[in-house]
Amino acid sequence: MKRAPRASGVVEAAGARGAPGLLEIRDLRVTYGSGASAVPAVRGVDLAVGPGQKLGIAGESGCGKSTLALALLRLLPSSARLSGEILLDGEDVLTMKWGRLRAVRWAGASIVFQGAMHSLNAVHRIGDQIAEPVLLHRRATPAAGRARAAELLEQVGLPAARADAYPHELSGGQRQRVMIAMALACDPRLIVADEPTTALDVMIQAQILRLIERLVAEQDIGLLMISHDLAVLADTCDRLAVMYAGRIVEEGPARAVYDAAEHPYGRALSAAFPRIGDPASRRAPRGLPGDPPDPAALPSGCTFHPRCPVALDVCEREDQPLREAGPGRSAACVRVGAAVPAGEQPR
Amino acid sequence: MTTTTPPAGPVPLLSAAELKVTFPGRRGAASARAVDGVDLDIGTGEIVALVGESGCGKTTLARALLGLVPPTRGRVTFAREPLGYGARALKAYRKRVQLVLQDPSGSLNPRHTVYDAVAEGLRIHAHPGDERAAVAEALSRAGLRPPERYFARYPHELSGGQRQRVVIAGALVLEPELIVADEPVASLDASVRGEILALLLSLRDELGLSALVVTHDLGLAWNIADRVAVMYLGRIVETGPVEEVLTAPQHPYTRALLSVLPESGEEPVVLMGEPPDPSRIPDGCRFHARCQVLASGEAARAGVDERCRTDSPPVLTGGAATQVACHWATAG
Ligand SMILES: Nc1ncnc2c1ncn2[C@@H]1O[C@H](COP(=O)(O)OP(=O)(O)OP(=O)(O)O)[C@@H](O)[C@H]1O
Ligand SMILES: Nc1ncnc2c1ncn2[C@@H]1O[C@H](COP(=O)(O)OP(=O)(O)O)[C@@H](O)[C@H]1O
Ligand code: SF4
Ligand code: SF4
Ligand SMILES: [Mg+2]
Ligand SMILES: [Mg+2]
Repeated sequence: MKRAPRASGVVEAAGARGAPGLLEIRDLRVTYGSGASAVPAVRGVDLAVGPGQKLGIAGESGCGKSTLALALLRLLPSSARLSGEILLDGEDVLTMKWGRLRAVRWAGASIVFQGAMHSLNAVHRIGDQIAEPVLLHRRATPAAGRARAAELLEQVGLPAARADAYPHELSGGQRQRVMIAMALACDPRLIVADEPTTALDVMIQAQILRLIERLVAEQDIGLLMISHDLAVLADTCDRLAVMYAGRIVEEGPARAVYDAAEHPYGRALSAAFPRIGDPASRRAPRGLPGDPPDPAALPSGCTFHPRCPVALDVCEREDQPLREAGPGRSAACVRVGAAVPAGEQPR
Repeated sequence: MTTTTPPAGPVPLLSAAELKVTFPGRRGAASARAVDGVDLDIGTGEIVALVGESGCGKTTLARALLGLVPPTRGRVTFAREPLGYGARALKAYRKRVQLVLQDPSGSLNPRHTVYDAVAEGLRIHAHPGDERAAVAEALSRAGLRPPERYFARYPHELSGGQRQRVVIAGALVLEPELIVADEPVASLDASVRGEILALLLSLRDELGLSALVVTHDLGLAWNIADRVAVMYLGRIVETGPVEEVLTAPQHPYTRALLSVLPESGEEPVVLMGEPPDPSRIPDGCRFHARCQVLASGEAARAGVDERCRTDSPPVLTGGAATQVACHWATAG
């Protein structure tokens, strides 16, 4: 099942700058609309994913996760303005010509969208829908397209004979497998999965997550997985980034972030997941009081300060950049790394 | 940790006995036995979680308990009285037992204000008292304070968590004795989810409200329920106090469900295949085709494999004791 490594000039270009090099996002900003009604949905994000690496992005509804995912392939509506760099194998997606971008959308990186299993075309057989990108982007013959669709179906654990089925004949979990098969159709180097299991129940979710893990390992694909379920991400991914109000506020090895977050928001998010068997969460559901910030009217200073249980006076005034928080970890909080400023109450 | 399990009273508030709900198959197809013999009790002030895979019959069972679907067999008893299915009896019943749906499933009308959404139940039941006071009281109980601030708002002006609170307020306004909540937090963020679950728990502690919470989320059961009933293909296959069932599961299906949780620390038993089909319930133990204990030969070593394939384990009683419907688990 393992593919031969792909010969590609751009891989070297990325490699030359050092690992990881498959996807590098630098100071990405996305604003919907303009003027007084502008909504800054992503506000300066830096991230990197290497081949075979799995990066999870967690955060509340509305924090900008899907916007970030869509920006990676320039799939945002025309009202969105972007800046920064999105380097895919060293090539900037934001400055790519249209034709090149179309090729990259399937072979370079592909997306499994949030709720995508509802977006299959109801009147076409799923085999034809899976073969479509192969026919378009690989200029394959119809027979080769069918063969590829059959191969992809088996890769995602569906019998090749299901190629003749229509979407309504499949369960939600099966449809999500079809979406993954489609995303794999042109051997992408990177897969972006936006909430791939959110609407599915636990057993189907486990099946899909194991499938994604296996494919990533076998094919050395990079994975960017987005979810509001921190527990799922911690279990599936190598690294975890926590997003709040359009920024990454914490990043580090997945387990470490989940078990002992440095940022107070990361801690609150993690504490909201019950640990079955842990007496501390028995009959003690924990949430995070307060509403997520309105991106059109962000709080001053640290955007988390109105909800932060350990905020200091300075938090209302000073925005906090990401700073080192232990080996391979960073967090954007005044309490992390540096001494608490003079005149402030220590923790 | 702030409360203890209230002792289940001698007479349960709501009780299902030998309940079956069968949907006729279309065009000669086999009928679907969505609920296939269930006994389940809910005591006063008790929170019971009904868990299981999608399609296992949870919602159908909940609807039957609410009188929304007549049982094909068996009966529902509320406060010692068998449930009547006449229009008047059902109307009276639905004042005492309220259904809470998840808001994204469209339970709030986008053109109704919060006030109207909450007052609707009072109007249906021709509430004799002060409507405004009752609405305000329900909203504050649901954690929307001060309530007047929310009266004139429309659903789109509220966050997901606030909308779910409005739905809960709408159920509370008639001062029910029991609520049935179907996936009350499934589409909410973890941070909001915790707040809503804390609300359900405090309603029990302050008002003595009973609840049946339908979910596929075992963590939710750990967070708020006293008792859990695990459903598989129309039957309860394991039931008991949350601490026992979730930390020492006996049924192979419960074990599998717990093993695939991100937090489980053990080797995940990922059951393959799709959720099973209630129009084709297997002979013997209904779980046997997917059972990891049977497949691994463990059931054979215990000498029960033959019964797994031919004998259906008995229906569990509805009460509070830990019980399991599995030949292998009960063989020891
Ligand atoms: N087309 C648009 N026009 C204006 N604002 C938008 C648009 N799309 C998204 N937004 C806003 O951008 C912010 C981020 O949205 P995004 O969809 O990325 O969030 P998310 O983290 O994916 O949330 P969810 O988990 O609910 O999908 C939100 O405040 C949202 O309302
Ligand atoms: N009105 C109906 N007609 C036929 N089959 C139904 C009907 N409602 C539910 N079912 C079937 O009964 C089974 C249980 O459904 P349901 O109770 O909704 O499951 P859950 O809530 O656990 O997801 C499913 O197989 C479903 O397809
Ligand atoms: S910077 Fe201040 S408000 Fe922000 S997370 Fe840290 S302590 Fe809380
Ligand atoms: S009775 Fe047999 S087949 Fe059924 S769950 Fe128990 S061991 Fe498995
Ligand atoms: Mg999203
Ligand atoms: Mg249901």
